[in-house]
Amino acid sequence: MSLSQSNTPIHEALLKHKGNRVVQLDVPSHKGGRGNKELRDFLGADCLKVDVNSMKPLDNLCHPVSVIRDAEILAAEAFGAEQAFFIVNGTTASVQAMIMSVCKAGDKIIMPRNVHRSAINALVVNGAIPVYINPGTNKRLGIPLGMSVADVKKAILENPDAKAVLVNNPTYYGICSDIKEIVRLAHENGMMVLADEAHGTHFYFGENLPVSAMAAGADMAAVSIHKTGGSLTQSSFVLCGKGVNVGYVRKVINLTQTTSGSYLLMSSLDIARKNLYFNGKEMFRKTVEYADYAREEINRLGGYYAFGKELCDGNEVFDFDSTKLSVHTRAIGLAGVEVYDILRDEFGIQIEFGDIGNILAILSAGDRELEVERLLSSLSEIKRLYSKDPSGMFDHEYINPEVILSPNEAFYSETKSVPIENSVNSISGEFVMCYPPGIPILAPGERITADIVEYIRYCKEKGCLLTGTEDMKIENINIVVR
Amino acid sequence: MELWFTEKHTDDAQFSIKVKEQLYSGKSYYQDIAILDTYEFGRILTLDGYIMLTEKDEYIYHEMMVHVPMACNPDIKNVLVIGAGDGGTVRELTRYSTIENIDMVEIDEKVIEVCKEFLPQTACRFDDERVHVSIADGLKYVRKKENFYDLIIVDSTDPFGPGEGLFTREFYGNCFKALTENGILVNQHESTYYDSYVDMVKRTHRRIGGVFPVSMVYQAHIPTYPSGHWLFGFASKNIHPVHDIKEDEWNSLGLEMKYYNTELHKGSFALPNSVKEVLSGE
Repeated sequence: MSLSQSNTPIHEALLKHKGNRVVQLDVPSHKGGRGNKELRDFLGADCLKVDVNSMKPLDNLCHPVSVIRDAEILAAEAFGAEQAFFIVNGTTASVQAMIMSVCKAGDKIIMPRNVHRSAINALVVNGAIPVYINPGTNKRLGIPLGMSVADVKKAILENPDAKAVLVNNPTYYGICSDIKEIVRLAHENGMMVLADEAHGTHFYFGENLPVSAMAAGADMAAVSIHKTGGSLTQSSFVLCGKGVNVGYVRKVINLTQTTSGSYLLMSSLDIARKNLYFNGKEMFRKTVEYADYAREEINRLGGYYAFGKELCDGNEVFDFDSTKLSVHTRAIGLAGVEVYDILRDEFGIQIEFGDIGNILAILSAGDRELEVERLLSSLSEIKRLYSKDPSGMFDHEYINPEVILSPNEAFYSETKSVPIENSVNSISGEFVMCYPPGIPILAPGERITADIVEYIRYCKEKGCLLTGTEDMKIENINIVVR
Repeated sequence: MELWFTEKHTDDAQFSIKVKEQLYSGKSYYQDIAILDTYEFGRILTLDGYIMLTEKDEYIYHEMMVHVPMACNPDIKNVLVIGAGDGGTVRELTRYSTIENIDMVEIDEKVIEVCKEFLPQTACRFDDERVHVSIADGLKYVRKKENFYDLIIVDSTDPFGPGEGLFTREFYGNCFKALTENGILVNQHESTYYDSYVDMVKRTHRRIGGVFPVSMVYQAHIPTYPSGHWLFGFASKNIHPVHDIKEDEWNSLGLEMKYYNTELHKGSFALPNSVKEVLSGE
């Protein structure tokens, strides 16, 4: 049978399997829901009937030779990649698979410091050494931007032995670096380019959006289909371009990925890929339309600043992802996280995140005009009821860290626990971050400064959800003992 | 052959009306619309299978929506009506020569069209020169107004479907902003008789109370609405619906009513204990 984008091989195999009414003397023991009725009633019998284990007719994620391979071939074609790997351990696993596929212990990798924690986690696990590029910072918004080409060039020339450059395409806030030029520079110097596209699925299908990593010639990309592509939470792709040793990548993925790949997640990737292929252009056109409308109306409310393509400067903000609705809130005297909390607690609206100065709402073709109007009306009310004098608010969101030890070395060093306020000048043995966005304030091996301690205190006071330290209350931090 | 229309009030209780003839059935972008001619209630309008009005008892709903606030503040000049595509609320408002402007915002143009054709009893005053109809989302419309209307009447469908945004806290807050100093907000407030409505009534009352200094509920008996016992919300910045009623002034207008009178107005704010319990509950 010849494959086309209208096929969904995993989904089709599951339908066939369900119809065959095979006696299930294998795991999972809920046996299509009969063994756990409350779960079946909650999730639905149809769902539990296809929550099955790998078997010949359904292929095996660790070593795909039939329907999963077919689905991966279709995915690669749809995304313009040479190879696609289905990932069910989250895009965290995709990012780690990329880094661990190109770096060994002691190898250098060039990356912006505002990477997601998953990238630094990979360095903790495999011992690669980060060469951080300081992303530019937008002073007004207090957010880290992209990498300038000049900084990447400098890092490449200073570290000719580096194995790869990692690029956020885009950042959580929707900001893109000049990935095409970075690819050219890196390849000229024998380095690979890896793209964290956790927030970039739509680049592959929408029109007038920033360039996707594969189209830009990057070697690998970690694409969170579940975030803006419509698959189930935790499902993701690793994409590979030309010249990547895909057999080796598969081996690296299998080091840490489950051997019991969820068919719910895999079929959701399969169906999402088909939907994106046929409807993606229209879906993202609608998303941008919603976001553009919301930006215009929010800016009309006054006080708020919903930012967009006007930030582009051809350098640290090479391009902007217009599907992202990021709004700067500090001018109404409220931290982003305060607006985020009020929206949820008082208006019943859950947005993606609020940091110190901004909120981010994710819009999609799954929204209706009602949701957009409710957000706009609520922001208008929040301004009317809660706005105050913004003076005295923290105005430098992003602090560039000083790296003393590699993340791996610091993480595995002898450490001791001290109250955070007493940790100034020590080297951190662990992460501290607000989640979301999950960009570390501190990563293992970095110098703790008075600014950072004050920043952590301020985040706590404003109600950010802090994570990362062994101490669940984030009162104590493990510092490296030297 | 007998033809019956049935509306489910709960999973275990339903209300049926024998139908003479189906006059219209169609689907708009937002909802299913039907007009049925019935033996007992005359013509009826249904949206998504729920009765919105019948010719026989619509006067109760429309008189109570309009004359309660009008008797509290005869100086009302500028009115916003949200929903109300059947025209009944507008019909009652146009009876006041003192009202200068009536903006009506209905999200579903098709409802107005159908009512104009089949329900002349209610859709009879759209051509009054004071009436300005906009086809728009009420939530969006009201957000852009400030200190503008003396009265806002929210004549919405149930909180599930196109009327959903009109039961939110942000909507009531935006109404507060859109109202003048003596502004009044009146809304249809569902019913507490059947359990499935109770949470929504409670939540709606709490949301309005969180925005307006005066927030009260009054009642009427409407035979064709679920349970027949229906509630309305009265909210304002300072006018109390019972203490501040201008009885003599309103009665001197000599308007003829089938349901409303100023005695009933005052009495309608006296609620059954079961309703009071719901409204005061957390």
